[in-house]
Formats: sequence, structure tokens, C-alpha cells
Amino acid sequence: MLNRLTIADLADRLARREVSSRDAVQACLDQIQRVDGELHAFLHCDADAALAQADAADAARRPHAAPAGRPLLGVPVALKDVIAVRGQPLTCGSRILEHFIAPYDATVAARLKAAGAILLGRLNMDEFAMGSSTENSGFGVTRNPWDTSRVPGGSSGGSAAAVAAHECIAALGSDTGGSVRQPAAFCGVVGLKPTYGCVSRYGLVAFASSLDQIGPITKTVRDAATLMQAISGHDPLDSTSVPRPVPDYAAVLTGDVRGLKLGLPREYAAVGGLDAEVRQAVDAAVKHFQSLGAEVVEVSLPHAEYAGATYYIIAPAEASANLARFDGVRYGLRVEGADPLEMYSRTRGAGFGAEVKRRILLGTYVLSSGYYDAYYLHAQKVRTLIRRDFLQAFEQVDAIVTPTAPTAAFKIGEKTSDPLQMYLADIFTVSCNLAGICGVSLPCGFTANPKLPIGLQLLGKPFNEATLLRLAHAYEQTTPWHREIAPLG
Amino acid sequence: MEYEAVIGLETHVQLKTRSKMWCGCANEFGAPPNTHVCPVCLGLPGVLPVANDEALRLTVLTGLLLHCQIPGRAKFDRKNYFYPDMPKNYQITQYDQPSTANGWVEFEFAGGLARVRITRAHLEEDVGKSFHFERHSGVDFNRAGVPLLEIVSEPDLRSADMAHAYLTAMKDILVYGGISDCDMEKGMVRCDVNVSVRPRGETKLGAKIEIKNMNSFSGVRRALDYEIPRQIAVLEQGGRLAQETRRWDDPAGITEPMRSKEDAHDYRYFPDPDLMPFEPVEAWLTEVKARVVELPLARKQRFIHDYQLPAGNAEVFKNDVPLGDYFERVARQSSNPKSIANWVINNLRARLAEGTTLAGLKFRPGSLIELVALVEAKTISTSAAQQVFAEMFDTGKAPAQIVQERGLAQVSDASAIEQFCDQAIAAHPGPAADFKAGKAAALNFLKGQVMKLSRGKANPSLAGEVLERKLKP
Ligand SMILES: [Zn+2]
Repeated sequence: MLNRLTIADLADRLARREVSSRDAVQACLDQIQRVDGELHAFLHCDADAALAQADAADAARRPHAAPAGRPLLGVPVALKDVIAVRGQPLTCGSRILEHFIAPYDATVAARLKAAGAILLGRLNMDEFAMGSSTENSGFGVTRNPWDTSRVPGGSSGGSAAAVAAHECIAALGSDTGGSVRQPAAFCGVVGLKPTYGCVSRYGLVAFASSLDQIGPITKTVRDAATLMQAISGHDPLDSTSVPRPVPDYAAVLTGDVRGLKLGLPREYAAVGGLDAEVRQAVDAAVKHFQSLGAEVVEVSLPHAEYAGATYYIIAPAEASANLARFDGVRYGLRVEGADPLEMYSRTRGAGFGAEVKRRILLGTYVLSSGYYDAYYLHAQKVRTLIRRDFLQAFEQVDAIVTPTAPTAAFKIGEKTSDPLQMYLADIFTVSCNLAGICGVSLPCGFTANPKLPIGLQLLGKPFNEATLLRLAHAYEQTTPWHREIAPLG
Repeated sequence: MEYEAVIGLETHVQLKTRSKMWCGCANEFGAPPNTHVCPVCLGLPGVLPVANDEALRLTVLTGLLLHCQIPGRAKFDRKNYFYPDMPKNYQITQYDQPSTANGWVEFEFAGGLARVRITRAHLEEDVGKSFHFERHSGVDFNRAGVPLLEIVSEPDLRSADMAHAYLTAMKDILVYGGISDCDMEKGMVRCDVNVSVRPRGETKLGAKIEIKNMNSFSGVRRALDYEIPRQIAVLEQGGRLAQETRRWDDPAGITEPMRSKEDAHDYRYFPDPDLMPFEPVEAWLTEVKARVVELPLARKQRFIHDYQLPAGNAEVFKNDVPLGDYFERVARQSSNPKSIANWVINNLRARLAEGTTLAGLKFRPGSLIELVALVEAKTISTSAAQQVFAEMFDTGKAPAQIVQERGLAQVSDASAIEQFCDQAIAAHPGPAADFKAGKAAALNFLKGQVMKLSRGKANPSLAGEVLERKLKP
């Protein structure tokens, strides 16, 4: 069962040559074969290509026991289908890019390759990362490995489900308003949203450029640290990536959190729709942190209640421009028309799903002349206030604790008819992106019946992923949740 | 009633950078279609722009040359509209925080100096180029993402000729600054015109009419020469003008309304989240400031003032920068820059036109000074000097050596001149008698004969004096 290993364990066994990368990749392929028919986490997986990469990794290992600088050599990792890998499909879960093959590598893909990772395949997602359930995929829903009648969360639902079902060792997702953390919570795995500018966005198909970040989805906190080590750092191809040294993330995983201060936002206590079991699990987690020596204080985020409204103006506005390039002229789906305008509307009408169209319309509206000041400009001002709230809170505390989502995974189809209800699934996660800070979700318990994972969210100061990882690791190592295996795992 | 035109110009200029604005593709005209393209300039999914620093430098340099303010913070915005030649279906441009603003340009016009205010010069990206074939269309994206400067003037222009003079002056400045080659044939400069008319003396502006699609400066002049009388005629017939966009039809020589659909854009500008605001730091600005060159008009004025050149000569050196630089190098060491200028413009320039370059000249700059000095000292006559120049250009020999070898030194020896004069008078009694009878012009004929007899070497003024003395009663 090599596919059940963590990056740390597999890398260790590969290094000692107890197993080969080919064996590990084959184990993942077997698991995909066994469960993905039901799960549908993968949109694409080329077994031969993956095995060829594995053989190359095994060959590379032969002359040297531990190749320097290739910590992921031979480790199968799968990517959300929104991150470009040269020669692999890049559909973004959309019919408009159904047959599109990326001709270049995203920076994170190039860095994973340089670190030796096997890029196993493409993972399902809400179309163009717009959604919280993966139901908006143009290629069918992904199911939750804990309960296949339920959603895996979204938009990186395929990534979280594949890791939870042990179809791959680890995965990358992207997080614009919670799209890494919320599915991680729903699937009982670890998901990290790095600080804006920490990980290059080059090769990540943009949803909302000022909010998007690529992040790891892993079985353990240590694995998240390992992937962060590989993918973060300045990239000259991304003007918004920040030039600063990458810390040694593994070095902070000491288990010691004594003296660290955690903040509980007063405003979140009043959030309606917070499930009682989720609340209990989070309360218990806070107590657990106290027992580990962390200090807990109340903090205030006065503008938190406006985060959702702000997010649903800024993200669609940026998306409306980002998605304009899908026009049938140069690549992707084309539905012919009598003139360019007709071709555009037919192509986009046929290629985009309902949620994507809804957000393009919303974004076009809020940027329109006469509405810009009232919506977009206003939202930007509120965004500044939200960021200020967090930075002020972080003057008192090292991290802020919240639930990742107000509920555990919901039923497929339960919220599809009500977009506003669906948007509430992101209530605890969106402000992290608006503020440009970092956040991590990790398992903190299960609901009783059905047994579904609950996620705990820790939010941290800009570029202070290390502190989040240290806290999360200490919690994880002293709780049993991450050792549980999903029924489909 | 007398009317006046109020004209503002928006000039788009391709910047002279090695690579495009956001990617490493070559900024080069004339390559086969879609050979200078990459994922970034094709707008493939997932790519990001990275600003070309040289384009930012050239923009600020333009601002400095146009006396603009350079704000401490500029940003890039997205201008949204769908068009097949636009890879992203938005154009990255500078909307409300341009790199430069509030400047002016001065140029010669109507016998004086005109000054036109510059609203802004901002940086944006060019789009691809559509081609229409029999049954389909194609787009060449080589041009997509080429850095483009948009220079917007205030409505300070008053006539078609003034607009033409402004554009010519602007082009001179941009070429001087190394900012653009401004090659119209290659589409490196494009112009939109805003024009309205109003009764002279009125301060309110008339309905602003935009004219597009002029692809030469003379096209702009012709379009305005058509449009201004058209607008006046409408008003004189009691009609009203409404704000609109018109298209210049160059072959037909007319402007015509564009379909309103093409004009009715809401561009939905918003800051481009892929690019950080640009805040030039002091060291960067210092570097750009070091690239500021002397403006063409200032150069012309300086040549007139410092070297006492006639305006025409100074204009030649303004337009032909290498020739002017060569002149200056020589003139600085000469006591007679005016003569140097004449030799450079009348003789050297003609020979250069045959294919020699300034760098390939065989003679040293000092030779030109020597030649002028020989003429000035009356050692050689001006006609002999022509021969000396021709040989010095061909062989690179020093003028003194040529004079000596060819025996071109002017004869100023009185006895030799007397002899030539006696021969001339003897051979032409008629003109001699004419002069004696008071026909002054006859002296020139006789002088010419003396020069002929001396094979050009006689000092002409000395010969004149001797002839006069001999023929005077
Ligand atoms: Zn390019």
C-alpha cells in the first residue's frame, strides 16, 4: 500500500531504496483504477507517461544514494487541472478548454519537476475554480471519499479527494477564496493557502488575479511543509511574487508551541449557520492548543462581516477580464459564427457553464461605467479595511483560529439551486485571500453520523507560513484525526 | 462669421526596444506572421506579464524631453473590449495614473515658435494585425505586445498645417531621443485627431469629432483640410454638429461617420492585478535623466547662435544629426565655422550621397580646416579649392600637399599678374575700350581672361586692381 504513504515516508523508503518510484506510481495507478470510477477525482492520468517518469527517477537515484536538492525524487504528485504542465491537458474543468494541451510549464510545475516529483495527472475542479463543491466542473462532479453522496468541497475538490483517497501522495490546488482549505476540510486532509506573492502564479490559469494562490493539499502538515519548500520563492515571471528568502519550513516542526498566542475572532462566534458539531470540534481544538502551552485571546475583526460581499465583487470583476481571452480565436473551443461577435457569443455560450457565466456577468456589471465607484472601488476600500483588521489582530497574536467551513461536507445537489447558500461555504475562508495573508486547514475531528471530517483553520501573518505549520504540526502530532482513512481510501 | 479650428492629437508610437512589452519576444517588424510569439503575447491560459524596463525608461525619457512631470507612482490598467487581434481581449494601458503628464513641446511654425501642451505620454501594448483573405481572416500576433507610447496633446492646435508641424517636431524629438524610429511605412506611428470648430473669439469648445485611420502626417493634414471646412459648412448652413467618430478614407480624401457600434464602448478600466504599481526610484530616474538629449529645436538655435550659421544651414544640421555632429567637431577648431558649414553642406554632403559614410572619410577633419584657411589666406582661389577638395576626398591627401603637387597656389606676384593683364588687354582691345568708355562690366570679362591665362592661379582681386590701373587714363 505504497499509495497510503506520506511524502516523508515514501521519500525515506525511496532514499533507502526499499522501494522504487515505479512501485509507488503503480500503487497510485492501481488505486485510481480501483476507486476513481466512483470518485472521479482525476480528469486525466497517463499511466505510461507516469511510469516513464518513475523509471527516470529510479535511474537518477541509482548512482547517488540521496540526490542533493531533489527531495521529491520519485514521489507521485497530482495537480489541479488549472496549473499548466507542458504536454498535459489544461482544461480548468471547462468545456471551452476541453482539448487544450499546455505548451509550457507553470513555475510550480517546473519546480516540482526540478525537485524530482512525478506529475501523475490532472485533478477535477469547479470550472475555472469558481465554486465550493466541484459540482461546477464541466466534466462531472467529484465525490467525497468519506461519503460518496457528498461533495468533496471546492474548487480544488479533485485534489482533496485524490489525496484523501490515496490516489496520489500529495496534490496542488489553488485557493482564491478558500478553494484549497475548504475541500481539505471536507476531505480530512491538510490544505495550505500561502501568503499572496509567496508562490508564483505563472502558469496558474487566473480566476481572480489579486486573490489566487497555489497551495499544497497533503496528508500531513510535514508534507505541506515539504511541498511549500519546493514551490515557493520569488519568480521573475510573476510580477506579484515577492522577492524574499524561503525559510526552512521543516526546521520549525518542533512540536513546541509554548508561548505562541492564538486569537479567536469575536465576530465569528455570531456567524449564523455554524454547525454545532463543527463548533464543538473547533472549541476542543482551541483547548487542545492551550494544553500544549499556547495562549488564547479574543481578537476583533470588525469588517469580517463584509468579506463575502467584498469578495463577490472583486473576484468576479477580475474574472470577467481574465476569462475574456477564451474567445475561440486562437485556441480552445470554437463555434463558428457569421462575424467575430457571433463567434464569441456562440463559443462562450457553449463553452462556459452557468456559474462561470453568472460571475462574468456580475464582474462586467460592477466594472461598468456608472457602477464602478459604487461597487468595485468601494469593495477595494473595504478590502483595505479587512486587511488592516487582520494586521492589527496580528500585533497581538501569532495566529487566528476559526472553523474552515461552517459545516462538514454537504450532499451533492444540496446547494446547487441556491448560489448564495453555496457562497456561504466560503464565509471563514475568503477574508484570508482579501487580506493577502496565509491560512491552513487541518483535520480537527469528525461529525458523528455520518462520519465526516471537520476542518480547523489557522490564519497567519503575511509570509509567516512557518508559524502556521509549527502550530498545525504540533496539533496534528498530538491528535489522532490525520491517521483515519476514508472508506474509499 | 470667421471660424477657428480646435485640434488635439493622440499619437501612438512604437518604442524602440529589443523585446516586447511583457515577454522576451523580439520587437521586430517584417518577420513572417506569428514567428515572434510566445504563450505570453498570445494570451494563453495562465501566463503573466512582466514589464519591460527599457520601455518604462523610454516612456519616462519621452516625458523628460516633453517637459512633463514624472509622477512618483504610475500603474497599469486593463482596457476591456473584444477584438480578434487582441490576445487577451483586454489591452494593458495606463488609465488614470500615467508615467508622465503635463508637459509641452515647442516647434517652429508660421515664422515663429509655437507651443503645444502635452496632457500625458503613457505606456501601453500594441495589438496584433488582422488580414482578410477571400474566405477567412487571419491574425498576425508579431505586433501584439509591442510597447506603444500614446502621446496626448491638449487642444492647442489651430490648423492642419500646425498639426503637421507638431507631428514633424514630435517625430524629430522621438528620433533624437532614440525612443522610436518613427517609421511610418512600418506603422510605427499612428495618429488619432480630435477636431472641433467654433466662431473666432468664442471660448467654449464645439462638438468634438474624432477622426481615425490616418497613417501618415500628410494624411492627418489632408483629413483636417477636409474636415475643418466640412464642419464650418455645417454650422454656416445652420446645422448642428454632434460628438462622433469619423473615419478618414485616404483614397477618397473624405471623412465619413463610423458605425455607432464601433464607437459605443464601455472599456471598464480597472487596475491590472498582475502588475505592481510602478514607483521609479531615484537611481533609476538618474539613469534615465542621463539619457536626455538636446532637443532638435534647441540644436538648431544653438547652431545659429554659436556658429553664426544661416537658418537654412542650421536646419540641415538639425535634420542630419551625424552630419551636424561632424560639422561641430570640425567647426570647434576652426576660426571660420560659417565656411566650414558651406563646405560640409555643399561639397561633403553631395559626395556622401554617392555612398561614402562619415566614418569612411579618407581625409582628416583637420584637412577641411586647412582648406578653408588656404582660401581665406588667398593662397588658393575658390575654384582651385574645389579641385583640392575633390582630390582630398578621393585620396585623403592634405590640401597643402595637393596645392603643391598640382601647382594650384594662387599667383599674387605682381610682375606675373602684370604680364597676364597685358596679354589680356592686347588680345581683347574691344572690351578694354569699353571699360575705358565707362562700361564697368567689361572689367570682369578681362579678369576672366587673366584667370584663364593663369590657369586659375591668379589672385582675382589683385588681377582686377592691376587691370583697372592699366586701363584708367
Ligand atoms: Zn511573446
